Amino acid sequence: MNKSNRTYVRIAVLGLLLVALVFALYSSFVKDPQAVKVGSNAPNFSLEQLNGPEMALGDLKGKGVVLNFWGTWCEPCKEEMPALQAQYDKFKDKGLVVLGVNIGESPIAVEPFVKQFNVTFPIVLDRQSQITKLYRIGPIPTTFFISPEGEVKEIFIGQLNEAMIADKVSKILP
Amino acid sequence: MDQRKCECGHTNPVGTLLCESCGKPLVIQISEQTAFPDMRYEGMARRSQTYTKKMVDRVWNYFSSVKIAIGIIIVILIASAVGTVFPQQQYIPVPVPTEADVARFYTNTYGTLGTIYYQLGFHNLYSSWWFVTLLVMLGTSLVICSLDRVVPLYKALKKPRLNQHKSFLKGQKLFAEGELAQGTDQAELLAGSAETLRKKGYRIFQTDRALMAEKGRFSRWGPYVNHIGLILFLVGVLARSIPGFFLDEYVWVREGETVAIPNTPYYIKNLQYTTEYWSEDEMPVKLELNGGVIAKNYQTDAILYENKNADLPGAKPDLVEIKNGPIIVNHPMVHESLYLYQSGMQEMQLGALNFNLIDLKNGSKEVGKIKVDLYNPAQEQVVADGIKVKVLDYFPDFIMGKDGKPATKTNLPKNPMVAIEVLDEKGKLSEKMVYLQGSILTQKSDPTYGIEIKMPDLIDISGINVRMDKAVPLIYFGSFIFMIGVAMGFFWQHRRIWVQIQDGTIMMAAHTNKNWFGLRREVDGLVEQMKLPVTIEEKSKA
Repeated sequence: MNKSNRTYVRIAVLGLLLVALVFALYSSFVKDPQAVKVGSNAPNFSLEQLNGPEMALGDLKGKGVVLNFWGTWCEPCKEEMPALQAQYDKFKDKGLVVLGVNIGESPIAVEPFVKQFNVTFPIVLDRQSQITKLYRIGPIPTTFFISPEGEVKEIFIGQLNEAMIADKVSKILP
Repeated sequence: MDQRKCECGHTNPVGTLLCESCGKPLVIQISEQTAFPDMRYEGMARRSQTYTKKMVDRVWNYFSSVKIAIGIIIVILIASAVGTVFPQQQYIPVPVPTEADVARFYTNTYGTLGTIYYQLGFHNLYSSWWFVTLLVMLGTSLVICSLDRVVPLYKALKKPRLNQHKSFLKGQKLFAEGELAQGTDQAELLAGSAETLRKKGYRIFQTDRALMAEKGRFSRWGPYVNHIGLILFLVGVLARSIPGFFLDEYVWVREGETVAIPNTPYYIKNLQYTTEYWSEDEMPVKLELNGGVIAKNYQTDAILYENKNADLPGAKPDLVEIKNGPIIVNHPMVHESLYLYQSGMQEMQLGALNFNLIDLKNGSKEVGKIKVDLYNPAQEQVVADGIKVKVLDYFPDFIMGKDGKPATKTNLPKNPMVAIEVLDEKGKLSEKMVYLQGSILTQKSDPTYGIEIKMPDLIDISGINVRMDKAVPLIYFGSFIFMIGVAMGFFWQHRRIWVQIQDGTIMMAAHTNKNWFGLRREVDGLVEQMKLPVTIEEKSKA
């Protein structure tokens, strides 16, 4: 084999190995390519509403969406409910939807809770925690702020107060 | 390229130890002494031994070094070993929801060493970028080291050397020389030797005054074949990161429940879970079990469905049955590349509460039965003609909340509290009562209706591990190729015997890469059979 050929072969072999390295590194950094991150599109889903028909996230395009994952057993969820409700009342005419996703509870457990806090924003029931897994929910409450285009603008883990919600909502209003 | 000219007239590439044409050692000091170049690569120049200063060649030369390869292997070994000192993040036995919790776990559990361990990234070692880089470097080194050596070796062995320089023959570990008697028929002697060796299974290469007999050349390819196997193995491991190649999920399924398997379009239904135990008469020896039992079988009878409406998560599934059968420990349910393993269970869990509604005013006569499904309580049920029972409140895992109101600790029915209302339309009665921790609290002091607590429905929850690993065939194939390579290199030897006649002198030399004893026997056999007038010298080092 002559010298210039040899160089090309070496470049080809090393190039192939470099591709393998890049791929290996990419997959070690991005462990979960399907994870929902800030900047990614909020995965669409459809769930039955508490006392209502099925509701799909995709149907809310054009509105700013506050997607709140909660459970009746979670104290901070309870405490932030009134704040979410207040902000919903304030901004619902400006194109905001607050969507509460209850994690794995029966309507009988959810309903009294919703009544107790006078929640009027839509609540959907994730009976099998399917959407909870899809959104990789760890500790709750976890709240996603989704733009009218369906892009996740912010993810907040923990209890929100009214001022925080107002601030974050202002960035996702249409 | 700088070249070296041998006295036979052949120009060899830089780094050549034995002339490519005549086999004479090219380094003068060596040819004069007994130390003879290593025969490992037939004295050929490795491909990387050039003077080129191009970047590509430098990288190539770096990875072509076996010393570097051994260095990489040692670093990988040490890192892998250190990674087993403390548990990896995925095996931390307590929940660690955030990165800060992970850091705290190592510090609190293992002290300063744990902190260092965490900070150096050993808690996620096997998928960390630097460990992965090391593995790819090992792969690179395997590919380049092999290519760098196999090509010249192939070229050298393809052109069998017949008329070797005397110093080549003399340099071999087995060498024999002797004067031929006057009038010996040289051609016949060579032909006879060739025939003897052919019978021993040698391939013969011959000219009028020289012959070379060779067998087991393919064993020289063993190391390269096993490297191909290792590379396939590494590629298989890497392929696991391709989306859809690898899945490892765990689902808990209650008896009677159908749940989605995350990241797949599949659903699984648990028809029934059973643990079987050995009965005493099945045991060959009487064991002192003190009332204990030994499990014989763990089994979930399950149905696997595919959801034809999987595009929209959470939407009402359109399930098509795919498979129906048992999932037993070590006998997974298999569908294409999906494996469902029995790997956990929670038996005798509360599934539903059962009550008898009794009429206290009428001699505690039973009115009807009430069932409260703890996973999906019915809002209203008709118990008897004109008598309904409503579930008003339900707390699956009762706790008294901070505000003094009942609340729930989790969404699992571990300690259920149920508030019900009995509505008697005929008697225009409405009575409320609460079930909590095995007792009934009634609202009225003199109620009409009472409740008798019956045996609750107990269900088993089965833990199913769902795995998919499409890289496994490649990994097994790589391992198989590796074993073939190892067997080729270990169980066969490359033996060569040279016989040359020059000016009435017969010279013999022999070389093998292992099992010198076997080769010596064949050489002795040849000398004896052909009555060759030679004395054999065997050097202690080849």
